[in-house]
Amino acid sequence: MPPSLLSLEGATVRFGGRPVLDDVDLGIAEHEVVCVLGPSGSGKSTLLRAVAGLQPLDAGRVRLDGRDQSGVPAHKREVGLMFQDHQLFPQRDVAGNIAFGPRMRGASRAEQRARVGELLELVGLPDAASRSVAALSGGEQQRVALARALAPRPRLLMLDEPLGQLDRSLRERLVVELRELFGRLGTTVLAVTHDQGEAFALADRVVVMRDGRIAQSGTPLEVWQRPADAFVARFLGFDNVAEASVAGQAADTPWGKVPVPEDAPQGTRTVLVRPAGVRLVPADEGLRCTVTARTFRGTHVAVHLQPEDAPRLEAACALRAAPEVGHAVGVEFDAAEIVVLD
Amino acid sequence: MSQGDERARTVRGSAARLGLMAVPVAFFAVFFAYPVAAIVARGLDVDGAWRFGRIGDVLAQSDMRHVLWFTTWQALASTALTLLIALPGAYVFARFDFPGKQILRAVVTVPFVLPTVVVGTAFLALVGRGGLLDELWGVRLDTTVWAILLAHVFFNYAVVVRTVGGLWAQLDPRQEEAARMLGASRLRAWRQVTLPALAPAVAAAALMVFLFTFTSFGVVQILGGPTFSTLEVEIYRQTSQVFDLSTAAVLTLVQFAAVAAVLAVHAWTVRRRESALRLVDAATTARRPRGAGQWSLLAGVLAVIAVLLVLPPAVLVQRSLGASGFGYYRALTREDGGAFLVPPIEALGNSLQYAVAATGIAVVIGALAATALTRRDAGRFVRGFDALLMLPLGVSAVTVGFGFLIALDEPPLDLRSSWILVPLAQALVGVPFVVRTMLPVLRAVDGRLREAAAVLGASPWRVWREVDLPMVRRALLVAAGFAFAVSLGEFGATVFLARPDNPTLPVAVARLLGRPGDLNYGRAMALSTILMLVCAVALVVLERLRTDRSGEF
Repeated sequence: MPPSLLSLEGATVRFGGRPVLDDVDLGIAEHEVVCVLGPSGSGKSTLLRAVAGLQPLDAGRVRLDGRDQSGVPAHKREVGLMFQDHQLFPQRDVAGNIAFGPRMRGASRAEQRARVGELLELVGLPDAASRSVAALSGGEQQRVALARALAPRPRLLMLDEPLGQLDRSLRERLVVELRELFGRLGTTVLAVTHDQGEAFALADRVVVMRDGRIAQSGTPLEVWQRPADAFVARFLGFDNVAEASVAGQAADTPWGKVPVPEDAPQGTRTVLVRPAGVRLVPADEGLRCTVTARTFRGTHVAVHLQPEDAPRLEAACALRAAPEVGHAVGVEFDAAEIVVLD
Repeated sequence: MSQGDERARTVRGSAARLGLMAVPVAFFAVFFAYPVAAIVARGLDVDGAWRFGRIGDVLAQSDMRHVLWFTTWQALASTALTLLIALPGAYVFARFDFPGKQILRAVVTVPFVLPTVVVGTAFLALVGRGGLLDELWGVRLDTTVWAILLAHVFFNYAVVVRTVGGLWAQLDPRQEEAARMLGASRLRAWRQVTLPALAPAVAAAALMVFLFTFTSFGVVQILGGPTFSTLEVEIYRQTSQVFDLSTAAVLTLVQFAAVAAVLAVHAWTVRRRESALRLVDAATTARRPRGAGQWSLLAGVLAVIAVLLVLPPAVLVQRSLGASGFGYYRALTREDGGAFLVPPIEALGNSLQYAVAATGIAVVIGALAATALTRRDAGRFVRGFDALLMLPLGVSAVTVGFGFLIALDEPPLDLRSSWILVPLAQALVGVPFVVRTMLPVLRAVDGRLREAAAVLGASPWRVWREVDLPMVRRALLVAAGFAFAVSLGEFGATVFLARPDNPTLPVAVARLLGRPGDLNYGRAMALSTILMLVCAVALVVLERLRTDRSGEF
């Protein structure tokens, strides 16, 4: 493991006695893109503010390049922060916003101008220098905010819900652009978001937070395939989660006996059944359910099923095979799509 | 067909607007423009010929130029001093959370609604002959301009704290944080980001303070002595003592021109303030002070408030208790045949009656005007009316008062002997406060709420009742409270209009102060204390009602 550019050791922040950031350890290597994922109120923004020096720690420390940052004021940490709603300065035009950082660091006018041109080129707004900030569209504001954050060449770039306010198609396009740009520039990035799609598309590593603590950390694939616990699984959008007792290759769940993979941990566990692992069969076979709703998801149909006396189930099935609402169906489970959580 | 509908709607809109505007316009025409014009005409129109030459003559007199010069520079100095002392206070109230903040906010606002006469009296008790400083260290300031300047700071501290602090509390602190992340130090971030955003509010507050101090009457009348005289005081002197109406008329015009210019600038900065700033909920921006620097700033501001805002009224109360067993208060209930035809305490009843009537008038007129001003179809003419409504704050109250006497003295408007004369004059000063308090709230009502109500079947009247009224009810109460306090303390016009057997509290205080002897002095202190208490109670009630702090007062 390469030495960390940023490391947090036991970082703790309390608001009125309540811990918002609770004993967090986290390291980020140079050139790494890390995304903190969590619901609102999980402490992810506070994490960024603590690294930035905008929020003093109640315990623990933040190191940058190995150096303890306690006592280093925000403007001397040389980290960039892109705010959730951008916080562009309304009194300045686009160039004035981007040149702000270099100006604070004493760059000459010529240098500032060159840097502004370079960055506007980079974010794809070459002619926007003299435009007013208020006249920019949401996507353009986002690009200008990114250019402004990058302009002083921060050691670490932090993004707070970078694409939060944009519409879906723009978000999907920009996330690819960002990923490409960070790869090209070799920027070290710490982003926070509540959108798992954004996190998985952007990050080398995903850190899931809950109530101020880190619930899970790993590559997007690892987190997706093996959520650490019921909370992470539900947060990722999996609803077929239940308590079960696992013995051998079968688990006793509210939905009856369910097959589990060979190496599954034994005992009282939480079991996750991916929607793809819920197979629909004729009504007289398997677990009997009624179809309560179906939603079209583009590549498949999500079918919501109500068993007679068990929690609801979600199944993914092909458009053509999807039963109508109100129909009775049977359900069988597929061991390959079932995860026994630790 | 659709064109006809369109026209019908336009006509109906105009009719509604005219209806809303008619009452305030008529009120201001009859009770403001007409009396002021009448007194100006009385001064300048001799035997049917206008003698505008008088303007040059008066302005050529060196003592008049001296008055003009003093009026201007003391207003500038007062404004600068107020900003210097109150801006740290605005910051503390906007950004810090500390126990007792709500109470302290009320405390700093009390001076603003205190009658000028009370403030003058309080400072006299503090820095005047035999005052607290005189007793302790032999220091007297009542012969210097400092007494006037400090009294003006006392008065206007709240204007700056409310106008600037109100905006400051709503500025997103993350703007400054964004600057800090880009490498700006705390101070530099403030200068580069916050100051430009605050500038229009600071300018607006400065202009309001300038306006109030430029037209200062009661304070200068009491603390200025024979040496210092503002235009307003000079107008009073020329009108009621020298009986030189033409000089008074010229001075009124000069003051009017100056005030109109200031108001034009004010209107312009207000418009700029509404520019592209993104505001956040004020409740989310304040937090506990951190570090020694912030705690000492808080301590400093508290100390200034204690010395400058709390001490003068406290001394006033202490002086009023000078005679044993509430002697001065008991003396208020006795007729003395000298200064008054009635026991001075009756002034309290008069004042309350007048103030209630004035508040009623001001609220009706002000609410109608504010509603007309917020209609979406309000044209440029209507918006111009906005600035016009502020004029009574700047036009010499003395002129208005005297104008009432000479203009409203013949049928059909022979009100000279009617008690309504005093509330009418007081309401003139109250209306601008009502309008200023209600406008921001009315403007903040989301138009889509009205549309939603209309789509659900509400008539325009029902829309107003169901959507607007619940939202402005508090503002209306706050406005009424302000109008009440302002009417209670009105002095410049009332001093002309209140009859000797029906004095108001401020008039009675001034009359007592104008007479020699410890008893009169003590009774003035006692009466001022009563007046102050009434105003403070009105304000504490207001402060409880107040939710929105972005208003201008």
